[in-house]
Amino acid sequence: MPDGRVVVAMSGGVDSSVAAALLVEQGYEVVGVTLHIWPRFLSSEAESGCCSLDAVDDARRVCQMLGIPHYVFNLRELFEKEVIGNFREEYLKGRTPNPCIVCNQRIKFGALLERAVGLGADKLATGHYARLGFIDGRHVLMKGKDPLKDQSYALYQLTQRQLARLLFPLGELTKDDTRKKAQALGLRTAKKPESQDICFIPDNDYRRFLQEYAPGSLRPGPIVDTEGNLLGSHQGVAFYTIGQRKGLGLSMPVPMYVVDILPESNTVVVGDEKAAYGRALLAEDVNFIAIPQLDGPMKVETKIRYRVKPVPATIRPTPQGVITEFVEPQRAITPGQSAVWYQGDVVVGGGIIASKLA
Amino acid sequence: MNRIYLDHAATTAVRPEVLEAMLPYFTEKYGNPSSVYSLGREARRALDEARATVADLLGADEREIVFTGGGSEADNLAIKGVAFANRHKGNHIITSAVEHHAVLDTMHFLERNGFRITVLPVDSYGMVDPNQVAEALTDDTILVSIMHANNEVGTIQPIEEIGRILAEKKVYFHTDAVQTAGILPINVAELHCDLLSLSAHKFYGPKGVGALYVKRGTKIEPHIHGGAQERKRRAGTENVAGIVGLAKAFALAQGEIETSAAKLTALRDRLWDGIAARIDHVRFNGHPTQRLPNNVNVCFSFIEGEALLLNLDMHGIAASSGSACTSGSLEPSHVLVAMGVPPEIAHGSLRLTLGRENTEEEIDTVLDVLVEVVAKLRDMSPLYEETPSKPLP
Repeated sequence: MPDGRVVVAMSGGVDSSVAAALLVEQGYEVVGVTLHIWPRFLSSEAESGCCSLDAVDDARRVCQMLGIPHYVFNLRELFEKEVIGNFREEYLKGRTPNPCIVCNQRIKFGALLERAVGLGADKLATGHYARLGFIDGRHVLMKGKDPLKDQSYALYQLTQRQLARLLFPLGELTKDDTRKKAQALGLRTAKKPESQDICFIPDNDYRRFLQEYAPGSLRPGPIVDTEGNLLGSHQGVAFYTIGQRKGLGLSMPVPMYVVDILPESNTVVVGDEKAAYGRALLAEDVNFIAIPQLDGPMKVETKIRYRVKPVPATIRPTPQGVITEFVEPQRAITPGQSAVWYQGDVVVGGGIIASKLA
Repeated sequence: MNRIYLDHAATTAVRPEVLEAMLPYFTEKYGNPSSVYSLGREARRALDEARATVADLLGADEREIVFTGGGSEADNLAIKGVAFANRHKGNHIITSAVEHHAVLDTMHFLERNGFRITVLPVDSYGMVDPNQVAEALTDDTILVSIMHANNEVGTIQPIEEIGRILAEKKVYFHTDAVQTAGILPINVAELHCDLLSLSAHKFYGPKGVGALYVKRGTKIEPHIHGGAQERKRRAGTENVAGIVGLAKAFALAQGEIETSAAKLTALRDRLWDGIAARIDHVRFNGHPTQRLPNNVNVCFSFIEGEALLLNLDMHGIAASSGSACTSGSLEPSHVLVAMGVPPEIAHGSLRLTLGRENTEEEIDTVLDVLVEVVAKLRDMSPLYEETPSKPLP
């Protein structure tokens, strides 16, 4: 029977509720913690999203049922500064950020992990669908068993120190298993719907969010083709993402895709389907998990966004960052998103996409 | 795990004698005090006697006591009641930066409704300067509300002096005595106040019942309408059992005040001296002498009060940082901020408030745990290692 104290990050959803319940069953001394991070400007209406007031209530009620203490940590200022601040800056740079990756690294496995250790916890657990292992003297991260729910993509920045302190109790479960477990335990969160895409943008209302946080990204500007010919105008670069086809407001003989965003000139560049593809990308802010560092070319499978299948590629180190060369050209290589490299189920590492290479 | 309760400023356990006094009014003596038959008269008598008891203890008249649903309601009734009933005389109200939110938030509500609010600063001990009260008065000032003692740092305000100034100027004076009732002697004539709030659960009575002293002749507008109860100042069938409990608990507490104050002071000093002797980089908050006998408020540099509280909880020790928002999460204290405590130090604040059941052994246990927990948290703090041993500002 395991002993030791585990802090479980509880968002108020079904996954983290079941994670906590499983750890209680396994005999750990479990402490539930919910982060108070929802931003000030949402305070009145965001009562029902992830990490909202309702979420705190749900997490607390689950902890009461499990007979474990529940605490709320106020990390709102840090979340606004680190996660929303980064999201805003990335949009202003014409990139398409993934705030969950930033939140995982700086909030959940940063500030929260520190506080968990401060509570005397040996481990921090979350409801992520991913698995942990120890291979050849290194802590490794692996895909969750449920291919539909695998969340290893958003966890590739974890360091050895962080991994040594983590537990992912749902790694071996499918989402269906989790729901069944929640129902069997009578957890009030059993039937809660999946959380929305970005927790701090309710109803995916980007316009409202950007008006508040990045009004500079909402200035109209030109849409041009790859030759620089003016084709139309856009409503602000923040509304466009690489590979986007719909909503361009152009009448062209062939379908056109966003292929580049130039924030300095407030320009959206479009091209035909061919122009939307790329053979390689440059990644920066790279982190390796399965290996200490990349010394030469390595064959991997790469995901360039969360919900795609990994595709074969070779990675190699350069002074600027790590270059990923795909076997087949890939559509919509999007700066700001992350490239994550796998070998089978094992996460080799990953980095943030800086640019598409021809 | 043995629990040690050091959060008596938050709430207290109902004393057995108080519970016993209340119980008949839930069951066999369940009458409505407004009913004419004997069951009703029995309840009416209990209510009248409770009112007389409270009035006597405060040096007031029975007709000057309004029972409410707690301390916050008493504060709301006092402030909004006077404001709306005296609007024709002026729209200016004065308060202090360290009041309880039941006062401060009520002031903000009035501000949104056309009143002008002056929030007086405090000194580094959290004390209001009576001269500043006098200087802030205008021809439009209708009310001043200054608390008797602060709930977070324990500083006792110069209420008598402020009261004398305001009596002379004929400006209504309210004091929130929620933290002092049952702990300090209270006489409304000596305090020169027109309105005074108290709450039963702070002195071993039940939750959800409080009282407001309203001096004869003070005009207040009720905000719960619907009946003639409490001389039309607070409608609704009276919480007879709760009111009986309030009066019983208040009588017991005020009757023992000298012995309890001596005991609490001794325990407080043991705690205070122990912290000062055994932990470095600490700062005690509040006035060193003009303070409640049961309050210790202390900041530990380099650590978060939140982490400290949760670690104490894990050792079975109930304490507080002095201020908690509705979600249960901790924000820096407005009181410490008003006293000029730097925010990074204010974050490491801990409030320990003692009560009648605490013992010397408990204090010694708490000291041992505090020493251990503070050392552990500081070991994890990157700031601590870099800082040479020096006293706090």
